[in-house]
Amino acid sequence: MRRGISWPALWLAIIGFGILYVPVVVMVVYSFNASRLVSVWAGFSTRWYGELMQNDQVLSALAKSLWVAVNAATLSTVFGVLIALAFVRYGNFRFRLLLSALASTPLVMPEVVTGLSLLLLFIAMEGFLGWPAGRGIDTIIIAHTTFGMCFAAVVVQSRLRDFDMSIEEAASDLGATQPYIFFSITLPIIAPAVVAAWLLAFTLSFDDLVIASFVSGPGSSTLPIVVFSKVRLGVTPEINALATIMIALVAASVIAASVIIYRNATGRAVAEEKGGQP
Amino acid sequence: MAAARQWIARHGRRLVVALPLLWLLVFFLLPLVEVAQTSFTVARRGIPPFAPLWGFGEDGFFTNFNLENYGLLLDYWQDYIGPAGNSLRLAFFSTLICLLFAYPMAWWIARSNPRRRAILLVLVMLPFWTSSLLRIYALIGLLNPNGFINSMLMFLGVIDTPIRMMQTDFSIYMGMLLTYLPLMILPLYAVMIRLEDDLLDAAADLGASRAGVFLTVVLPLTLPGIIAGSLLVFIPAVGEFVIPALLGGPEQIMVGKHGRQGVVDRILPQP
Repeated sequence: MRRGISWPALWLAIIGFGILYVPVVVMVVYSFNASRLVSVWAGFSTRWYGELMQNDQVLSALAKSLWVAVNAATLSTVFGVLIALAFVRYGNFRFRLLLSALASTPLVMPEVVTGLSLLLLFIAMEGFLGWPAGRGIDTIIIAHTTFGMCFAAVVVQSRLRDFDMSIEEAASDLGATQPYIFFSITLPIIAPAVVAAWLLAFTLSFDDLVIASFVSGPGSSTLPIVVFSKVRLGVTPEINALATIMIALVAASVIAASVIIYRNATGRAVAEEKGGQP
Repeated sequence: MAAARQWIARHGRRLVVALPLLWLLVFFLLPLVEVAQTSFTVARRGIPPFAPLWGFGEDGFFTNFNLENYGLLLDYWQDYIGPAGNSLRLAFFSTLICLLFAYPMAWWIARSNPRRRAILLVLVMLPFWTSSLLRIYALIGLLNPNGFINSMLMFLGVIDTPIRMMQTDFSIYMGMLLTYLPLMILPLYAVMIRLEDDLLDAAADLGASRAGVFLTVVLPLTLPGIIAGSLLVFIPAVGEFVIPALLGGPEQIMVGKHGRQGVVDRILPQP
């Protein structure tokens, strides 16, 4: 029997969970409020969801955000896997120290510094190369890929370290080429970590406000930029509805993923207890 | 095609290192060098609003190197010291408050049976995956003068006039808790789950009080988690932009907001 938790500590813990959830729950409830005033409950209504569907500014920002996040996450994952491979497999290669410094500094760099420095680079590049002409979707994808790949690399590395090398050695002995081994053996085994890295990079990109606001041009506002400018003007029921939809989507996926992982883990634990193969 | 495949087979390892390295050199290191260069040059009207640090003109090589900007920074240090002090103070206390709540939360999770542990862990991970901007927005709806808390308290007759909660240190700390609590809980949980009951029992059997067990056994063994969690919270909290911008007032201006405002006002076209 594990030791429990004392009453004062349990209360602090419950208040802590309350701080995380009460604001969101209240917002979700008020997104169904018929009144425009946030402080007055005027009955249940889905009016704001209807108005949200008519709001072209929000919908086009959502489309841009999704496009940026899908591209940035995919690029981040590819580069992240490459970085992880280099660190875990290549031992003491040339430039290891440089790559390790460059791949870890973005993790702790303040967003404002990253955003400002990229903005200056893009302005300078436009002067020298004529590209990027103005700033837009491309520059946001580049910026998000730059920090996303560092997070992706961390996630993939941890999985790659527990990798059983004998499988790859067997394939190599049987005459498989390195690229073939990677795509048919290594990648399927590290797939869960690759998916996790992609999801993390997607979330980071989709939620990013500060860096995107530096490197986006006029007409390329992503969803966080639009939401931020609306929120500064005050609480509006439409944003309540938007936030509710987005949080519901994320919650559904996280809970589904957790249930699957939990079932697999308990299934494996039961199998091991019975002495069977995991 | 066959030639390409051979080329990849021969240079595969080099490509694996070179592709991410090149990307990070161009889009991470080069911009930082650019910022450092710009800090040594002079301001001028135009786009970009500064002269190049060096180049080749009609008279050959020229340079605009000077320390004027650092002089300006010293001259106007009062403009920067306030936000910098605010950043450190608010980030420091935010970290402490996060620790105050995260420690019992992580302990509760680690000490629960597997089923409840799984549920509580999902409850911690869920905010981590949802947009912090939207959660901050939800908090505004709670703390506003006409927000949920004030409406409720006035409805119940506890208060007559709304309590001012927005644009105070309190709203900043609430925002920081909402954003960074999961980052503090996860490393603490990771060390607490490895803490064996035998150690606690041994200390108790040898006569240690509950407080004694905590101070001499639990606290030292969870210190790595405390340090890791505090760094994960403190570092982004110092540079935080969204929270002071949306929840703070003039007394909560932090360097992140100050720095961005300065750039936005000078370089970016105003909408």
